[in-house]
Amino acid sequence: MNYVILAAILFSIGSAAVLLRRNAIVAFMGVELMLNAANLALVAFSRMFGELDGQIMAFFVMVVAAAEVVVGLAIIIALFRARQTISLDEPAELKG
Amino acid sequence: MNFVTPEIAWAPLTPILIVLGAAAAGVLVESFIKTPATRRVVQLWLSGAALLAALVAVVVQWGGLEGAAGTVVMSGKITVDLQSLAWQLMLLIFAVLSVLLFASKTSDNEESFTALGSVAPGSVEEKLARRAGLQVTEVFPLALFAVGGMMLFTCVTDLIFLFVALELFSLPLYILVALARRRRLLSQEAALKYFLLGAFSSAIFLFGAALVYGATTQIDVAFIGIAIEIVDGRDGMLLLGAVMVIVGLMFKIGAAPFHSWVPDVYQGAPTPVTAFMGAATKAAATAALIRVMYLAFYPLEWELSWMFWAVAILSMALGTVLALVQTDIKRMLAYSAVAHAGFILVAFAGLEAEALAALPFYLLTYGLATIGAFAIITQVRERAEDGGVGAEAVRLGQWAGLGKRSPLLAGAMALFLLSFAGIPLTAGFIGKFEVFSAAVAGGAWILVLIAVIASAVAAFFYVRLIVLMFFTDVPEGAEDSIAVGNEPLSRVVIYLTAIAILVLGILPSGVLELFQESAVFLVIGG
Repeated sequence: MNYVILAAILFSIGSAAVLLRRNAIVAFMGVELMLNAANLALVAFSRMFGELDGQIMAFFVMVVAAAEVVVGLAIIIALFRARQTISLDEPAELKG
Repeated sequence: MNFVTPEIAWAPLTPILIVLGAAAAGVLVESFIKTPATRRVVQLWLSGAALLAALVAVVVQWGGLEGAAGTVVMSGKITVDLQSLAWQLMLLIFAVLSVLLFASKTSDNEESFTALGSVAPGSVEEKLARRAGLQVTEVFPLALFAVGGMMLFTCVTDLIFLFVALELFSLPLYILVALARRRRLLSQEAALKYFLLGAFSSAIFLFGAALVYGATTQIDVAFIGIAIEIVDGRDGMLLLGAVMVIVGLMFKIGAAPFHSWVPDVYQGAPTPVTAFMGAATKAAATAALIRVMYLAFYPLEWELSWMFWAVAILSMALGTVLALVQTDIKRMLAYSAVAHAGFILVAFAGLEAEALAALPFYLLTYGLATIGAFAIITQVRERAEDGGVGAEAVRLGQWAGLGKRSPLLAGAMALFLLSFAGIPLTAGFIGKFEVFSAAVAGGAWILVLIAVIASAVAAFFYVRLIVLMFFTDVPEGAEDSIAVGNEPLSRVVIYLTAIAILVLGILPSGVLELFQESAVFLVIGG
């Protein structure tokens, strides 16, 4: 159960990073932290129940998270090339 | 340890396999065919053929299921039943129309997508890429991957595979949003916002799924429902997990307060992509929300109903009010999409069986009108200074007098707007009527009352655009500022959707019966 609490704490830190930090990379790291917190919770539950389901799920999540990194960094790099900044406050042409 | 090879019934997965297989083949086409123009034609035919083949496969399966409810694949990870086949059919229709829009070119032979996604907007490299005639033909396989993911999303019955399918259709969409040909800074910014918020919401969904697993020891949606009912695991962890799973899905539907990406992405994305995701993402996410609510979380109906009420009311109010003050037509339709998300959630009040037939019909009418309306936006363009065709004219003022420039286009637009507003004789009216009756059957007449008031207010800004198109004169001196396109592919899409909206509005019974037939779930063990 302690691991589940740790996962919840990590998840909260991650979501705080997404919502509060203005640097796209840091916000993105927050998302990754949230996904890994979910992984930790899955594995912890799997251990608690003495079955393998949760651990198998964690593998799937890892693969998906890796794919997400590829797409996310590509978008951030494209944006950086155009603007020379990755601050989330800077690109503000879409409003209203 | 003994491993048993799982039995997989491949046949029910044929439509999804065709689409995903064609997407993989499309990636190969990218690397083996060097000339952009040839590659484009090959990709277009490949994706068109794959989508039509998948469409046929879905219809064949539907016929084959006569009497039976469906097939369980991979010991309950995927369930192909009539309900999911109905959604797949709808998604494939949206996809065929969208691919036609993707391929459409202006009279200056310019397509909707950038020449090379990786170069900076306005740079020398971008000019070189344009001059070399480069094209991002990857959009076709990306769209196919997204369609395949959405089709999977409608029939997966396992929370973690739901997450995998969610990402499978979201990741290609993030890229597609970034690839606009004009106003590229806007498009990239929209992609970043969509990506960060999308990844955030899917992380919330995943953690919710982990909590539900922890509370019930199950990940299969049907077994979760049984576990909640029998084991009575209504503890805080379960509720929190259920709320987080639903929040993740509501984000994809675009309901307030999880709507902040909707206006930006609708405005910034290339218009064909906006059309595709506006129609298809909402449908896929609604299908998944239905499955999760009706199979897994129905015992929590009382605990969760406040959430559906609050989100539905907020979406309708916020979407309607903010759409009133918009001056950009894509943004206005985006806020109207938020309001429509609210109408969709109205049907979930009471979790009545009627909603299982009403929601697919509503999403079908809404999706067709959305694709049609955005197809028209691709046709109304500014005239460039050299006399060529410029960017899309998205300011509302630029649409003044469109009825005189092109009565046919303006007429079709008026039809789609009336369908959004839910005026009788259009498909939107029947859709709204079905959804509201489902909610009334669930005893939520207060919610329906609010929804009716919201539709009445929303009709104001739809009608305002119609008045602008037909009863306002073209501003003095601006007679030549707008170029109305006549792209054959886009025209086909516009006419097809307009006819469909009229037919569904006047003779809906056939399609309604089809969806009523599909209003059953195959539940294993339940």
